[in-house]
Amino acid sequence: MSATTQSPTTASPSRTPSAAARLLGDRRLPVAVTALLFLVMYGVGLSRYQNYGFAEPQVFLNLFIDNGYLLVAAVGVTFVILSGGIDLSVGSMIGFTTMFTAWLVERQGLPIVVVIPMALAVGAFGGFLMGYVIHNFEIQPFIVTLAGLFLFRGLCLVISKESISIGDSSVSSMAQAQVSLGMGFLSIGAIVSLGVLAVAFYVLHYTRFGRRVYAIGGNEQSAMLMGLPQGGTKIAVYTVSGFCSALAGLLFTLYIQSGDPLHATGMELDAIAAVVIGGTLLTGGSGYVLGTLFGVLVLGLIKSIIQFEGTLSSWWTKIATGVLLCAFILVQRFMTTRKKT
Amino acid sequence: MTTSSTTPSRWRALTHHHLFWPVAVLVLLLLVNVPFTPDFFSVKMADGHLYGSLVSIVLFGSPLILVAVGMTLVIATGGIDLSVGAVVAITGALACSYISDQADQGALSGVLLAMGLGLLAAVVCGLWNGFLVARMGIQPIIATLIIMVAGRGVAQLITDGQIITINSEPYKLIGGGYWLTLPFSIFVVAAVVAVTVVLTRRTALGLLVEAVGGNAEASRLVGIRSRRIKIMVYAFCALCAGIAGLMISSNTSAADGNNAGLWIELDAILAVVIGGTSLLGGRFSVGGTVVGALVIQTLTTTIYTIGVPTQTNLVFKAAVVIVVCLLQSPKFRAKVFGAKFAAGFAARRRAGQAAAPAGSAATAESTAKMEVS
Repeated sequence: MSATTQSPTTASPSRTPSAAARLLGDRRLPVAVTALLFLVMYGVGLSRYQNYGFAEPQVFLNLFIDNGYLLVAAVGVTFVILSGGIDLSVGSMIGFTTMFTAWLVERQGLPIVVVIPMALAVGAFGGFLMGYVIHNFEIQPFIVTLAGLFLFRGLCLVISKESISIGDSSVSSMAQAQVSLGMGFLSIGAIVSLGVLAVAFYVLHYTRFGRRVYAIGGNEQSAMLMGLPQGGTKIAVYTVSGFCSALAGLLFTLYIQSGDPLHATGMELDAIAAVVIGGTLLTGGSGYVLGTLFGVLVLGLIKSIIQFEGTLSSWWTKIATGVLLCAFILVQRFMTTRKKT
Repeated sequence: MTTSSTTPSRWRALTHHHLFWPVAVLVLLLLVNVPFTPDFFSVKMADGHLYGSLVSIVLFGSPLILVAVGMTLVIATGGIDLSVGAVVAITGALACSYISDQADQGALSGVLLAMGLGLLAAVVCGLWNGFLVARMGIQPIIATLIIMVAGRGVAQLITDGQIITINSEPYKLIGGGYWLTLPFSIFVVAAVVAVTVVLTRRTALGLLVEAVGGNAEASRLVGIRSRRIKIMVYAFCALCAGIAGLMISSNTSAADGNNAGLWIELDAILAVVIGGTSLLGGRFSVGGTVVGALVIQTLTTTIYTIGVPTQTNLVFKAAVVIVVCLLQSPKFRAKVFGAKFAAGFAARRRAGQAAAPAGSAATAESTAKMEVS
């Protein structure tokens, strides 16, 4: 797109960019690569485990059911990374929300309908506080959200050292509800996560707020000179991330029907990995939230292929995630240098 | 020192020293323990070993000090290394699985080989991080994230997902043994810290590291091989983490790919920040980091001894991170204490750091005066 037309090689009218150069300069390429990777992996799965029922539509739908919470968390992280920041408190916030919800429902006897808005408010407020400190005191996001990581994990343990299982009937009926799609079904959590994705897509690409997020991530200095309210946008981005983490925590609570102080340890890494694999530039300012969806699906597919494989052990998930992460970071690196020169 | 002969200026020189606040916090934390455990400072002799709270703080804090010292240099170059926890796990896993395969687990040669193997793997991880950061130009947080994610998987792969327990006397020495009545790990830490201080403060290396952290491009233009220095620093950091990994696995006589060194990178970064090294890079204090690591370990011990439920440990740590970072932020100081105080404080800090390599508090004072006036 614009990147290719601005590059010096195309400045002389005699030379038009080749198809390959145009393709490599296209910002949508990383997303396309991830989508292609997903299709290839799915194809490999189909050919290898055809006799084990891999081809059933429900296996595909289960990717959304089993990774809905990760998708929601990753969407929140996408906002932060697009704005050029980072949020390490995601996993802790998810763990805290499971604990908070389980404690209020089981120990305090509050109905889940009352607890859900409370949990979301707490998450959004936590994100707001972190954003406030980051913007107003100019402390690096990395260290502020690290403090958030410690704080929320600590608060989990303050609530209870042991896990609290949820036996509440309205929660379990909500968790077990199936939304039929004809060829299979989705859980409520999966539907909510797709809804969040749709809202995020709209906000990032069709609203003023979304443009500001991209502008600040692209170049904070020029965004400021343009008169964009960068402070408000930054704080809002962390608030969105906190809200999404809390929502992811609620979905995780539904999925696992318990609160545990060690739930979702390290999930911020999965979320960041999904965003990176989805093609969002870690320096901010470039990327698509739909890429994040593919990032999450690729990570989910690794897990289900390892399940189907049976003999492979779970640690291969981590290694495969690391290798993919590395490959995509290097691809991004080459693409950004190409754009600069 | 010749200029400050009167008592008030000596006091000022002391409070302006870059180690003053970290040490003050450490002393304060240690004193908090006294009302709860009256014999906190007493050190007893039993079985030819020294026992006491102070000894155990240093013993249990050893791995953290090592990791934090390596992290200090990485942060001084403007980077950060998130992979140290995974490197700890890999090193321990490799060494322990090698020893457990030996017929005679107590054989010194086998143990030395196992340690060498573990440390080699650690250095390879560090070189990889350095390669990504210095050669490929990837942000340090992201570059080291790769090994942070994949490393634990590798460690579990090495141990086959199990916790490998070993029974080897020579290996036990590194993390759990005693030598000359003191825990052996104290000597290891002392040696690493001494080597680091000598290399960075008695040679130009420290200056070069700070130059790279201050402005990598400018330092390259004046002829410093900034890329090579960055790679070296990441390798050194991983080596320190590797030694810590040997220590942790030796202390428990087991390799746990999942939990060994979990969150140690965060504690190490915290130690570096408490020690007065800015996360922006460009200057560092190894002494401050050692004190910072001791502060964290003392905090943990204090929480145990005063009977606060141990689970609030993390909340305390979060509070410490926030307070330390807020105090380091010029904007926060300006808003809370007023602009004048903040300016004075900033000048004092800058002066203290500028003078730190020279090791003279007197120059710090004179520069501070110059900057204020």
